Amino acid sequence: MSNVGIVIVSHSPDVAKGAADMVRQMVGTGVPLAWTGGNPDGGLGTSVEGILGAIDAAWSEAGVAILVDLGGAETNSEMAIEMLPDERRSRVVICDAPVVEGAVMAATEAWGGSDLATVKHTAEELNERPE
Amino acid sequence: MNNGTMVEDSVLLLHAAGLHARPAVTLTKLAKTFSARVQIAAAATGPWVDAKSVVKVMGMKTPARTQLYVRAEGDDAAAAVAAVVKLVNDDFIGGPE
Repeated sequence: MSNVGIVIVSHSPDVAKGAADMVRQMVGTGVPLAWTGGNPDGGLGTSVEGILGAIDAAWSEAGVAILVDLGGAETNSEMAIEMLPDERRSRVVICDAPVVEGAVMAATEAWGGSDLATVKHTAEELNERPE
Repeated sequence: MNNGTMVEDSVLLLHAAGLHARPAVTLTKLAKTFSARVQIAAAATGPWVDAKSVVKVMGMKTPARTQLYVRAEGDDAAAAVAAVVKLVNDDFIGGPE
């Protein structure tokens, strides 16, 4: 059985790579993982092409959960999902969660073999936690 | 088979940073390898938290030198409790990869 894949999308490649490093070190290699950040000119931003590439790199038959930082990262991720082939589109979700914490939580859940909806819920559970 | 029987133990958490991010992830991953329902608490009276929920385990913000209570229910409950206690005793080294 394949584990859900995790994609990290940030405006900054350093943030995206750093978050991915944290996931690798804390959760290990049992979860497909990819990151993308920065625009094609090397500045801050996100690109649909980059996100599509990351989804492809982290692809799992169980689906892919995307963690994003700010506005454009989300809209570009939505656009990337729309551009996916039909058979993949319904198996990619964007998590409404902080990018670093959400990535670690989602990856931990995915590691145990949970399905895509459960992985998304675990990342978003961060928002519900009472102080 | 000890289905339906609760197995319980406790262990002193010595990890300097307490049950923070990395140990919480390691403990959650370990708990997930058992079919039993596994719970932990920072006091004998609870509140009990699902040890397979990384958000809840991390949310406990358990500091070092806390007596950590572990209980489980299900087929492999005894093994689950023993494994969690061992992980804490081993300073969170040697969890599942």
